[in-house]
Order: sequence, then structure tokens, then C-alpha cells
Amino acid sequence: MTEKKGVLYMANKKDVSRRDFLKVAGVATGSVIGGGLIGGLIGYNVKKPNGQTGGKHDGHGGDEFVSPTGRMFFVNNADFQTLSAATERIFPKDDLGPGAIELRVPYFIDNQLAGSYGNNTKEYMQGPFAEGTPTQGYQGHLNRADIFLRGIRAIQQVAKKEHDSTFNKLEDEQKDVLLTKFQKGEVAIPGVDSSYFFKLLRTATLNGAYADPIYAGNANMDGWRMKGFPGHQMTFKNEIEDDTFHDMEPASIASMNH
Amino acid sequence: MATTLEKVDVVTVGIGWTGGIVAAECAKEGLKVVGLERGQERGTPDFQMVHDEYRYAIRYELMQDVSKETVTFRNRRTDQALPMRQLGSFLLGEGLGGAGTHWNGMTWRFLPYDFEIKSMTDKKYGENKLPPEYTLQDWGITYDELEPYFDQYEKTAGISGDGKNPFAGKRSDDFPTPPLKKTPILKKFEEATKEMGHEPFMLPAATVSEAYTNPDGETINACEYCGFCERFGCEYGAKASPEVTVVPTAKKTGNFDMRFGANVVEILKEGDKVTGVRYVDTTTQEEFIQPADIVVLTSYVLNNAKLLMVSNIGEQYDPETGKGTLGRNYCYQINGGATGLFDEQMNTFMGTGALGMSIDDWNGDNFDHSDLDFIHGANVYIAQTGSRPIGTNIVDEDTPLWGAEFKKQSIHNFTRALTVGAQGASLPHRDNYMALDPTYKDVYGLPLLQITYNFTDQDRALQAFTTKKAAEIMEKMGAKKVLPSKPLTDYDIVPYQSTHNTGGTVMGDDPATSVVNNYLQHWDAENLFVVGAGNFAHNSGYNPTGTVGALAYRCADGVIQYSKKGGSLV
Repeated sequence: MTEKKGVLYMANKKDVSRRDFLKVAGVATGSVIGGGLIGGLIGYNVKKPNGQTGGKHDGHGGDEFVSPTGRMFFVNNADFQTLSAATERIFPKDDLGPGAIELRVPYFIDNQLAGSYGNNTKEYMQGPFAEGTPTQGYQGHLNRADIFLRGIRAIQQVAKKEHDSTFNKLEDEQKDVLLTKFQKGEVAIPGVDSSYFFKLLRTATLNGAYADPIYAGNANMDGWRMKGFPGHQMTFKNEIEDDTFHDMEPASIASMNH
Repeated sequence: MATTLEKVDVVTVGIGWTGGIVAAECAKEGLKVVGLERGQERGTPDFQMVHDEYRYAIRYELMQDVSKETVTFRNRRTDQALPMRQLGSFLLGEGLGGAGTHWNGMTWRFLPYDFEIKSMTDKKYGENKLPPEYTLQDWGITYDELEPYFDQYEKTAGISGDGKNPFAGKRSDDFPTPPLKKTPILKKFEEATKEMGHEPFMLPAATVSEAYTNPDGETINACEYCGFCERFGCEYGAKASPEVTVVPTAKKTGNFDMRFGANVVEILKEGDKVTGVRYVDTTTQEEFIQPADIVVLTSYVLNNAKLLMVSNIGEQYDPETGKGTLGRNYCYQINGGATGLFDEQMNTFMGTGALGMSIDDWNGDNFDHSDLDFIHGANVYIAQTGSRPIGTNIVDEDTPLWGAEFKKQSIHNFTRALTVGAQGASLPHRDNYMALDPTYKDVYGLPLLQITYNFTDQDRALQAFTTKKAAEIMEKMGAKKVLPSKPLTDYDIVPYQSTHNTGGTVMGDDPATSVVNNYLQHWDAENLFVVGAGNFAHNSGYNPTGTVGALAYRCADGVIQYSKKGGSLV
């Protein structure tokens, strides 16, 4: 599965379209999902929303250059491709706009798994562990990083077993049937209920589609554009009584400047 | 070995609304006050990156670190209680300001009926209106007695309102600031409810409508309607919070000393008085004893109860025998309502925490319950708090929760859906209570607080009734599709519902059924005060903070009186 995709959240759509950016950057479009293209793309001359020209990597002055996005958690390309394909089924590209892959949700999830989210650092992880009732919430001893790895591997195993294929190469309908089995808790994953894994995957996908682009997802703020959410705005004092709907150009928290 | 510090007049455990109010009032009277806060100092300058839904609303930036301390939970006594491993149903605050920093700012006075609920219910409907397992009781104080303190809290916080609720208790003064802006979304609700014969009014708001300087000289700025309030701090200092009001008031007296990273682990008691508290410095892990003439528990509901339990002060409630008061009458909030889907796009992402309109026709005993199998009711309201894209994904019934159709509908409805909420009262039941967990421990080796809680028949009936009312309003508002809340099943600690936990350290006029008297003074230790929503004998159909604020001023009054004359204040 190949697909043209955006490279970095970096600029306001008005200033530079993704296609223009790729032209300027001299990067060939059409990369393999999860392949090696991403990651090295710093330092291109990008017109910033505030009119400055970014691109100089001088080691300080964080507003002056665009950070690359890369993998901090998944070390195996096949795992990352499986994750990517699964998120795309949860939040598919359609006539409204990009899907999870184009929004760079897989990178968002990867980065989150490498940090406090993946390691459940602000959560009570002491034993003893007991199964509990559904109303008592998650009671396992695995952290999210463990669960994602096991869940992704289980998706690969089911695809192999039932279709003798990798998950990515299945037809969309086949992928959905397979993921539904996870959603319903019908797949055995060591240490965790598959429905819980699916719930995490679904939630993380939506988080990645709609979190501020500083977290590596919601590329180009297109998640917000589709939804009509303008992101960070200083005030709506002068608009809130208006009868008309305000379709506003979104802004990232990165532009917050009091 | 703990280091014993110099004795002070008053020590508060926690510096949120209640700790801040008690500190400010006592310090103004010349008492030396130490506030111990286990979180860190923070304020307006720390909220410059706050428009970040993921960090604050989803990953709970401002909330308690439950890796160190959480609660255990079970629906019924026959279940094994297990730890709440992640925050969900309610969001515990931590740090200066506590939950008073990340609240929405809806600031109600409970109804006169609430404070005398048992006698009024018995009088009007007979003693058997509810079965005996509902441990309903009066609060040991009346609305009229509490009114001056409500007034004082509203003036401190600059509450914005229109004073048009026909069911509200009598006010000694107007709201300090005019109501917030009436938006097209609010007007839809206003028109519909008026047509239905109700009297809608603006929600009383602590996200204030105009810059306001309170009687202590603290200024709260005008709300900017940016839509980031609940779960966030305000970068404009435009949401009344302890750190922009009572904390600076206390500080400028020179009589208030705040210590951060100071986690109290025990209230020290000798004979029939307390002598101070023992705390751990979370940075150095050193232990200190802070002696004090008066100890005031001003942390959250859950921690106030836990501290009394681990310090062995008062008698633990036993649901088997009905004896004991500590941990009794734990209540929550019974939420219903209806979401409506519209064709037209609305500015749903604009808003502020307490922007809304409401009717009280179905709250309290404002309607006749003779033919109903429940008492009390819900405040029915529309709020425009500012929708955010991760948290708002509304789809029609029976739509899958992922995939193409989910994406399409959740995007379409983001700016086309409104919700009329029914925030229902929660009445106490014999089987809903707090105790210490026998198995699980916090980071200091103390037992976790254990909550046994489930919805009751009363709750189910109330929720079904008020949800129906909300759905009728939504219908009238012109929604093309109305999606009512689902009926209640077992209480589930996973999805967010409300940070309105109440009870466990109930106030009253009888030591057999209450932990503190109506000055929030402990029955078993006259120099110990316990204040907060834990004092509620039940929870009303409102947000609790207005009533918490009033009780904190009442408590401060009690502490000051006690410091002068000693003894029981009642």
C-alpha cells in the first residue's frame, strides 16, 4: 500500500500547500507507509504563518525551524505499518479530508507510547492485580506500550492465520472484520483483553487526529479543519453573540504568544 | 524521626477554595496560619500554554497523580474493591487552588429545601416516602442561616448572574456582576422553555462577565469566552479561583505561610483535642510535625475523610449496623439529559465554563412528587462551555464508534449538536459509603480510601424523569433528532461523569448521624474543623462549589470564634 502523504506539520495551508512544499523541498512524493522517508526532513525553507521564514537550524530559537517527526517507539517497520493501516480504518480518508495516515496519527501514537502515556507514569500500577468488574476499569499490570505491541502483533497473527497475508494488504472490508473481532474481545492476546486494546487504539487514533499538531499528529491542522475547530484562539468575545457560523483558520498552541 | 516545628494558631490541610477562604479570614483576624499543600504552587502565569486539549483535558495535566494515591472502588459490598488505576469518573485536583483551579465556575446556592430535606419530605409526603435504607437527613443548618455566607462567597468570587430564578432562596443582595453574554445557542433554550411555560435564567457564573474587584481588593478579569475552562486554568485570571482571590488576600496580611509539597499523613490527637499534623516533604522525604491550636481539613472530600480514618478520629460507619458516622452518606451526581442534532452550524467551540441558561422547575421540591416514586430532581440547563474536538464526537444511535460513518457523523455534528443536561440530586443510601481499603496502599504506606457506591432505585427514577424533561425541551428547540441519555445501570468509574463527590464527613445537629456540627467543628475534637462537600448530607441537583464556598466562610467564622473562646460552638 502506497500513498502520497504529507511530510510535516509546518505551515499554514494558506502560505504553502503540501504539494508546493514538496516541490520546494525537492522531495519525491509517494513513499511507502512507514518507510524511511520521514524523519530527515528538517531545514527546508518554509514560510511560517507569522510571515517569518523558517528553516535555519541554529540550535536555538525554537520558533525558527521546523522539527522533524520520527519514530521513538516502534523499532520494527512491519509493526508500524500494521499500526498505520489499523488507524486508517478507524479514521479513514474520505471526501471530507485526510485519514489517520495522512494526519500522521501513527507518529502521534508512536511518540505517545514512548512517553508517560505509554508508561502509565501517572497511574496506579501497584498490585495485587485482580480481574474485577467492567465498572472498575482497567486492572491489568501491562502498560500501554506493552499492550500496543502485543495487540499489533496479534493483528498480524490473525491476518496471517485467516488470510495468509499481512494486515496492510487485506481489503478494507477484511480489515474491518478483523478489527471488529478485536473490538468484541474475540481475539486472545496474552495479558490483555483484545477489546481493551482496541479501545486504546481507537481513542489514541482520535487523539492523534485532533490533538494540537505539536504532538506530531493532526498534520497541517487538517483534523481541525475538517471538524470546524479553530484550535487555539485568544478570544471569542467579539464573535460569540453572532448568529452566523465562523469558519476560522485554525491556530496551534505553538503560536500562543501573550 | 519527624522534626517538630514551631506551633501556629491554625494549620490547613490543602489550599484550594476551602483552605484559601479559611486562611484569608483567619489571617485577616490576626491569626497565624500555615497552609500545607501537597501539590505545587501555580497561578495565572503558569497557564500560558493552556489551550491544549490533549495535555490538559485528556492527559489531566492539572490533576492528582494517582500513581501515588488513588481510591479503591466496588459497586457493592459483595464485590472486591479494586484500585481506580486511572482517573475517569471524577478528576481530583492537586496543587495550589485544587479543583477550584480547573472548575467550570457554575456557582449555585443549594435550595432552602436541601438543608431541611428530611423534615420537609416527611411533612409533605409522610415518613415513608422513601424506604428506610435511604439515610436522608437535615443538615443542621437552614438556608437562612447560611445566606450571609453565600453572599460573602459570591462577592469574593464576583459571581455573574441575572437573579431571575423564581425558585432560588431569598437573596440579601444582587449578584456582584451582570450575567454573561446571551448567545444564539442560549437563546434557543430560552425561547423553547419560555414557550413551554418555564422561567429560564442565566447560570450563575464564576467566569465573570466584567472586570471585578472584590471586597478584599482582588481583581478578577473579564471572561474572553475562549472555551478552555473545565480541566484548565485561566490564562487571563478571569475565572474566580483561589489563586486569584483568597490566596493573595491571605498572603498580603503577612500572617499566612504556604508550604508546597507538604503531604499530610496524620492528624495528631491527644485526649479530646488535636495537637497538629504530621506531614512528609515530597521533595526531601523529610517528616515534619506542625503543631497548631486549630487544625482545619480543607482538602478534597475523599482525602478529608481518609485523613480522619487513618488518624482514627471519629467512628467509622458500618453499613451492617448503621452505626458510625465517618464515611456515611457518600453521594455523587445523577446525570441525565438529551442531545439534539441540528442542520445548521453553530459556534459550539466558543464559550466559557459557566455560560448557560437553566430552569429549576424540575429541581428540589419545586414540583409535586406525590405520584412519583422519587424525591428531589435536577437542574435542567444548556451550557456553552466550548466544545473541543477530541472530547466531542457525537453520532446517531446505533452508529459504529469507528470507521467511515463514525468519522462523517462526528465531524458533521461537532458544530451541529447541542445538549440539554439534567444535573440530578444524589440521595444517600445505606450501602453507599467510604472506608479504608484492607489491601491497597498509597505511596506512604497508608491504606487507600475505599468507595462502595452504586446507583439506587431513587436515582434511576429521578434520572428517567428528568431526562424526559430535557428531551422535551430539545424537541421544542427544533432538533431534527433527539438522543436522550441512556437509563442508569451500575455506576461505572471509567467514563467521566462529574467531580461532584460528596458526603462522608457530614454536618448535622446530632453526633449520632454527623461528623461535624454546623460550624464544621468535629464532634469528637473541638479544635478540629472539617470543611468541604464532604459536609453535604446529600448532593443537590446543582454544582457544589457555591455551597462549599458558603460552608468555608461559615467554618472560618467558627474557627475565629473558637480561637477567642474555645469550647463547642453549638
